[in-house]
Amino acid sequence: MEILAYPFMQRALLAALLTGIIAPAIGIYIVQRRLSLLGDGLGHVAIAGVGLALMTGQAPIPWAVAVCVAGAVVVEILRQQGKATGDVGLAILFYGGLAAGVLMSGIAGQGAAALSQYLFGSLTTVTAADLAVIGVLAVLVLVPTLGLAPQLFAVSTDEEFARTQGLRVRLYNILIVVLAAVTVTLAMRTVGLLLVSALMVVPVAAAQNLVRGFYAALITAMVVGVSVTVGGAMGSFYLDTPPGALIVVLAIVVFVLSWPYSALISKRRRVAPVLPELVDDETLLPHVAVPEAHPHKHGPDCEHPAIRHGDHTDYVHEGHRHAQHGDHYDEH
Amino acid sequence: MPLSSPADSKSTGSGASADPVLRVEDLSVFLGGLPVLRGISMSVRAGEAVALLGGNGSGKSTLVRAALGLLPVERGSISLFGSPLGTFRRWSRIGYVPQRSTAPASGATVAEVVSSGRLALRKPFIPRSAKDKRAVHDALELVGMGGRAKSDVRELSGGQQQRVLIARALAGEPELLVLDEPTAGVDLEHQHVLADVISARVNAGLAVVVVLHEVGPLTPLIDRGVLLREGRVIAQGPLAELQHTTGQLLAHRRTGHEHVDPEPEGWLEGTVDH
Repeated sequence: MEILAYPFMQRALLAALLTGIIAPAIGIYIVQRRLSLLGDGLGHVAIAGVGLALMTGQAPIPWAVAVCVAGAVVVEILRQQGKATGDVGLAILFYGGLAAGVLMSGIAGQGAAALSQYLFGSLTTVTAADLAVIGVLAVLVLVPTLGLAPQLFAVSTDEEFARTQGLRVRLYNILIVVLAAVTVTLAMRTVGLLLVSALMVVPVAAAQNLVRGFYAALITAMVVGVSVTVGGAMGSFYLDTPPGALIVVLAIVVFVLSWPYSALISKRRRVAPVLPELVDDETLLPHVAVPEAHPHKHGPDCEHPAIRHGDHTDYVHEGHRHAQHGDHYDEH
Repeated sequence: MPLSSPADSKSTGSGASADPVLRVEDLSVFLGGLPVLRGISMSVRAGEAVALLGGNGSGKSTLVRAALGLLPVERGSISLFGSPLGTFRRWSRIGYVPQRSTAPASGATVAEVVSSGRLALRKPFIPRSAKDKRAVHDALELVGMGGRAKSDVRELSGGQQQRVLIARALAGEPELLVLDEPTAGVDLEHQHVLADVISARVNAGLAVVVVLHEVGPLTPLIDRGVLLREGRVIAQGPLAELQHTTGQLLAHRRTGHEHVDPEPEGWLEGTVDH
């Protein structure tokens, strides 16, 4: 493994490994909350932080973290107050971040070229100091995402129920977006700000296809994340390609491969379709009993497909829907 | 069995048992600037099963959601187990079963969903104890879903999902069970299963508040009904009495016929206090 002989590659692989662990670990909560594109927006906001650092000649990661966390908190508070339900506010914040970043790096005289290593990742230029910051941030993200998993799971799947368990739902929600913001900035050297969201979402989607249950998906997503980031980093060394792009392509390949598997599984999960019952129309419908004698008794075990229809179950029988009514069946 | 002994924990709270488990006084709630509840007063005593009845938009779901602090209150007061809602902290005493439409849709197992019902008793960063695991197991057994702990909730039928949500609420060993339309969208067969599960809890001493569009199979276990219309309480009392006051056979649908009859226009005319 000549690749490990280069110190810059050692650092690159370590950074990739940490990103691969962290991004899906926080990503699973983002996916549960159906905010899959939040990471992308936060990536745009982080660009403003990078621009600010370039303009003032500071190290980019701390600035990107600060600006991105601030942006995430603003977005979440707006959402909690019901003011960001329309996407316009979010769009202004996100594109404002992007524009401000490009503007500030331009003022710094560095132009888009200086930004591009943050937009698309630049693994091989990770310094020892960068790696130390990434390591500390990774631990900061990993401890709550795993330690508070039961609480974060409850908050991100059923917010109201979580509140009736006495959980501080607002705080947990802010924690989720803050951790997402930290993850976005942490990943900007590996996959880049424009592609980081993919690493938070795609391994989770693949894991949900492959395994059953939240915790199994969490662990599987982290395994997928590490495989694609380390694999992508090594592959890009040999293929001489940008690592971020290869990492994301690999993740999508895993997702595509997981698809037929989940289709196979879900075939066995037969869930009856549901027909909503239009209560007001029901009185208009005549009561039609099945005309012929119907010796067969429909039930959960019979071969006729069951359909939930309002408050009862219909059984599809030779093109009709039969519903039990006292001692006979009605046509529904 | 720990789940069947809510009465024990009640007796440990000195004097608390004298307070109603839920008291709502002069409650008004506005949603989107419109009054949805207007001057509601009601209470639920320990061990009592109360049904909130009324048509769509009468405010029954809003009432339970406001009572649990899920909606902002415009006017009036709410107290749980003798404490004002704002200072109430012992959330494990309450088991909430929301409408099933809010059920977790993403990939989680039945046991994972039910485990959330122990969170009021758990501390952050502490892994769940053997007692937590046993309570989840017991709650699933109580609703007859013990064999499905590892199933994905999305694989279950509506009635089974409803039982999982009830198990989640029971896992914290509550003293007050609050159910929001547990029988909606559930076929009659499963409604009877749910009724049996809830009856067993009532017999074990739980107080129950249940929002119902129609009483149906739950009729025998309801001690008292509170009838709402347009955000006001228009009648309360035993179901038989309510039936009498409204001149409407609220419970007649519990046998035989599976169709939902809409309330005839003006079925409460003459009893509504305008």
